[in-house]
Amino acid sequence: MKRYSRHIALNEIGIKGQNKISNAKVLVIGAGGLGCPSLQYLAAAGIGTLGIVDFDEVEESNLQRQVLYGKSSLGINKAIAAKKRLQDLNDSIRINAYPFKLTSSNALELFKVYDIIVDGTDNFQSRYLICDASIISNRPVVFGSIYKFEGQVSVFNYQNGPTYRCLFPKHPSPEDSLNCSDIGVLGVLPGIVGSVQANEVLKIILEFKEVLSGKLYCYNAKTYASQTISITKNVQVFSQVKEMPLKEIQIQICPNKNNEISIEEAIQKENSLFLDVRELNEKPSLPIHNYQRIPLNKVAKNLDKINPKKEIIVFCQSGIRSKYAVQILRENNFNKTYNLSEGAISLLKQLKKTEK
Amino acid sequence: MELSIKYFGILAEITGLQEEKLKIKDQKIGELIDLIINKYPGLKGRKFQIAQNKKIVDNEEPVNGAEIALLPPFSGG
Repeated sequence: MKRYSRHIALNEIGIKGQNKISNAKVLVIGAGGLGCPSLQYLAAAGIGTLGIVDFDEVEESNLQRQVLYGKSSLGINKAIAAKKRLQDLNDSIRINAYPFKLTSSNALELFKVYDIIVDGTDNFQSRYLICDASIISNRPVVFGSIYKFEGQVSVFNYQNGPTYRCLFPKHPSPEDSLNCSDIGVLGVLPGIVGSVQANEVLKIILEFKEVLSGKLYCYNAKTYASQTISITKNVQVFSQVKEMPLKEIQIQICPNKNNEISIEEAIQKENSLFLDVRELNEKPSLPIHNYQRIPLNKVAKNLDKINPKKEIIVFCQSGIRSKYAVQILRENNFNKTYNLSEGAISLLKQLKKTEK
Repeated sequence: MELSIKYFGILAEITGLQEEKLKIKDQKIGELIDLIINKYPGLKGRKFQIAQNKKIVDNEEPVNGAEIALLPPFSGG
């Protein structure tokens, strides 16, 4: 217990509190900007069982803020790379790496195993999935989200308190959904917000009274202005979510699901064009002959450069920008346009496999 | 009455302001929002929640607070 002597010295924690921390099971979804600092403090605090869900791999542009990784982690799955670093930080805790995407098929199964869920994801689809799965499995969610220099934190679904849908009932449009790789973010900001999330996790475990439930904490890293807004519970939201199977709710959230295409299907198409909507400097580059690159913000202005006779398969890094591009193209009568949401890295992998 | 309107996230970028003072007559929150959108058409179609004196309110409630905050959802992480 020497490791935790500074915790134990606090009257509010003591040996009893430290034991609660050791017995806690926390699932962190997303080991990116928010997940990294959060995981770092949770592992250091001695959370008995830490789960990490992330399907993505470490890229060089992550290193500006995702502090668990270094050059040696490039190309490695984030859940696995994070586990490696954290196990070195604290080998007395159990860490489970889940190197895959959280989906409506695996969320409930995973949530069952943990007491507290930390939302460190970077898109609305995952945030609503976490919200709904936490209602069904009755788990508190420590929520954090960021935009450029601003952050929002709250604890949802805690002791009968409000949930994310009480604050934002409806899924925003893709236009509202651009993530950090699309718009940029000050590196320190997720460090601050993710640390606030770790703080809330510990407050829940230690049964402090002042948990950020029913409140949205808003923080501005430029001005240090902060506000705490009260959120009231909308009982209807809970009954609606509980009435439906999780998969149904998620399909309703994403009505554009039909425009999705899998990598296998995409590769087999004959008269197709792969449209890459990432910025020009983003890697990896792809060895495809029927390929065109137009960054998302230029798509609308360059419609005349796209061959309307082709079946267009749009992709980006994580499937969010491409989803938006598909919407723009379909609105402009490119009716055979599909979103390859698995993204560039998965596509490259599959191409290499097919070559072999 | 005089109000202080606070804009967060992308809304602050659209309006070019983090905060402004507005003088209005008695009205509902929804009417106030229409007035603000009229002033800044870029806000049209944007999703946000409205807080009055640090409490989330809906469009039907009367404006009776000194501070109104417009909070968009953030997705980044």
